[in-house]
Amino acid sequence: MSTLAVHDHGVVHHEEGHEHHHKQTFLNTYVFSQDHKYIAKQFLITGIIMAFIAMTLSILFRIQLAYPDKSFPLLETLLGRFAPGGRLSPSFYMSLVTIHGTIMVFFVLTAGLSGTFANLLIPLQIGARDMASPFVNMLSYWFFLIASIIMLSSFFVQKGPASGGWTVYPPLSALPKSMPGSAEGMTLWLISMVFFIASQLMGGINYISTVLNMRTKGMDLWKMPLTVWALFLTAVLGVLAFPVLVAGVVLLVFDRSFGTSFYLSDIVLNGKIQPYEGGSPILFQHLFWFLGHPEVYIVIMPAMGISSEVLSVNSRKPIFGYHAMVYSLIGITVLSFIVCLHHMFVTGINPFLCVVFMITTLIIAVPSAVKTFNWLATLWRGNIRFTPAMLFAIGMVSFFISGGLTGIFLGNAALDINLHDTYFVVAHFHLVMGSAAIFGMLAGVYHWFPKMFRRMMDERLGYLHFWITFIGAYLVFFPMHFMGLDGVPRRYYAFTEFESMKRWLTVNTFITWAAIMAGVAQVAFIVNFVYSIFWGKKTVQNPWNANTLEWTAPIEHIHGNWAGEIPTVYRWPYDYSKPGHDEDFIPQNVPFSQTMNSNLPHDFEDNPVGLEQHNQWTNTKKANEEVK
Amino acid sequence: MMVQIQQEDRLNLGAKKFNMWIFIFTSFMFFAALSSGFIVYSGGKGHGLDVILPRAFMYSTAVLIISSITLFIASRAAKQLQFDKQRLFLWLTFFLGIAFFIIQIYAWYVLTYKMGVYFTNPNASRTFIYVFSGMHLLHVIAGLILLLNTINSAYKNIPQVRKMYKMEMTSIFWHFLDIIWIYLYVFLLLNQY
Repeated sequence: MSTLAVHDHGVVHHEEGHEHHHKQTFLNTYVFSQDHKYIAKQFLITGIIMAFIAMTLSILFRIQLAYPDKSFPLLETLLGRFAPGGRLSPSFYMSLVTIHGTIMVFFVLTAGLSGTFANLLIPLQIGARDMASPFVNMLSYWFFLIASIIMLSSFFVQKGPASGGWTVYPPLSALPKSMPGSAEGMTLWLISMVFFIASQLMGGINYISTVLNMRTKGMDLWKMPLTVWALFLTAVLGVLAFPVLVAGVVLLVFDRSFGTSFYLSDIVLNGKIQPYEGGSPILFQHLFWFLGHPEVYIVIMPAMGISSEVLSVNSRKPIFGYHAMVYSLIGITVLSFIVCLHHMFVTGINPFLCVVFMITTLIIAVPSAVKTFNWLATLWRGNIRFTPAMLFAIGMVSFFISGGLTGIFLGNAALDINLHDTYFVVAHFHLVMGSAAIFGMLAGVYHWFPKMFRRMMDERLGYLHFWITFIGAYLVFFPMHFMGLDGVPRRYYAFTEFESMKRWLTVNTFITWAAIMAGVAQVAFIVNFVYSIFWGKKTVQNPWNANTLEWTAPIEHIHGNWAGEIPTVYRWPYDYSKPGHDEDFIPQNVPFSQTMNSNLPHDFEDNPVGLEQHNQWTNTKKANEEVK
Repeated sequence: MMVQIQQEDRLNLGAKKFNMWIFIFTSFMFFAALSSGFIVYSGGKGHGLDVILPRAFMYSTAVLIISSITLFIASRAAKQLQFDKQRLFLWLTFFLGIAFFIIQIYAWYVLTYKMGVYFTNPNASRTFIYVFSGMHLLHVIAGLILLLNTINSAYKNIPQVRKMYKMEMTSIFWHFLDIIWIYLYVFLLLNQY
């Protein structure tokens, strides 16, 4: 049998050689690779680099917030004209905030997170040789890299990067002369985003098509791991939402560069009346938030999927409420398109509309809560193994709860009038989608590192990384709630100018030091990551005793994932600690005929022949026991 | 047998065709966003279009519909292995596409120079005419490139499966271009007053 398979594989290569003139060269193996596993690594490493850059930016502006009047000569040495006299200039402060947000939301938590794990896990977990179109998949990465480079290059233009906030609201962003950041920096931002969206669409289209068309034999939708479900629905969200942002951006480009007035009206700039008439800046907000809200679910859903998988594997228990988990993911996907106006409660939209969107916003808390309870129920009385991945997954649940609760406050239109654009909002989304999604991503990195790099990460450094980051994140974001309740607005350069906000300076100093501590902890991660790639302990075939298909693929990466035939799937991915089985896990590719002792009538719901055989087997067994 | 299964596995043309369908969906979302932008804009500001659209748009629509029909004939010819007929109708489709392009540009000329409906307009609903047709023309360029690619493959000696695959990919996209233009045109017509 095995010789047959090997022989066939050779034939396939032969055929392929004819078709693409395929030859393994350095360029197409290590640079322009079309192998999904390699593209996943490219996404991950680019994502990590972008994350470190964005984190550094945040620490820079945290220093400004903690010591608004102090001068740090080192800053001038490092940043030159952006920090005259050792103090960040106000416009550069705005740029830092903007680029930090943009990079974190789009480049790290969208591309870095779903780019990495959709590429790695979708083909491996559904049993496919590669993506539907490997070439488009490769393009997706290279467009992402180009977008990243363009975004970072805006630090090198004379007036600095975009500085209108990551939401780039017009009219500020539409008038190049309105502030330094709206000049070339904004143009580069827009170009970068166009490349980025192209990259996301190419990726997303591939992920959807692969999941729907290329599952292995036996892998019906209800046997897919929750990671695949989450990544699939994330891709659906992206494909539906990103084109809308393109439309908004296209109109913004026309306003900026061609003198149209979609978003502009009645504007006086530097004492001169501008010719724009009749535009509406709210129109941009409508288009932006139609993407923007699904975008936050694009960020969190892969983290949810990864956490579900990691929690189940390391609790040695089936995930609690698999169907409920899937239906709540679907619910979130659908609802995320009809909550977008809750970002616009204070723009003067019709109060009746506010009520409608308030209700949908509160309804979306239901599937989110269902997921949270299911995670907790999965942990309940499990045989928990505290691997670093598990700790990060638990951390993700923790952040999702504490950040999610404040979402209920913000979703109320009446309360939002008070809390809008304050640090309360900053605290809310940094916990619920920033920290939670990053923790989900880190859980995934620790968990699938052996699959990606064939070596294990160091556990002790992992624990160190987890605890300092976890405590650090809470110390940073928890005090911000109180600042927000007191009315401290976000994006301000210095609070010393305002009598009522002066007293928050000590808290700001505290937050900054907590942020620096959490930032330093990331060194533990990067050392661990780089060291383990080259010198880590070699992994075994299935290091976590997990059920999903990726652990049946050979450790050595081969093009096409499995050497012979792709394994057939017989059962769902969460058969952990099944009573009657001698091990506490049963991989998906083990047929029921090999696990007669542990089979339950429930396993044969849509398989009457199997149920018949199962009943026969149990009856015989009973009869035998009676004879004894 | 296994070789065959694995080969299909590698080519997976079905999955690639599905990619095209999803891409069409993304494009559709893009135009849906533009047209809902129009609704929000004109509804909120009380700025209607208030322009009689140039007749050229009607001619271009007719040309585009005819091009869809010729492409359909080409597709059927390819299925019946009548390759000469396929090539002829592919070329016809291509030139009709070019004609559509030219007529659209002519319509812009009429709008700007004859009617004084400028691109930079204080009433942005009028700018939307240019944005709709311009963004659609960008898609038409992509469609024309796809058509050229298919015409090229029609002259080459490659397996029929691949030929049909290219033919189908192009057809899906071109018919979509047709439908989305009709949608945009009807949308503009309904909002004319």
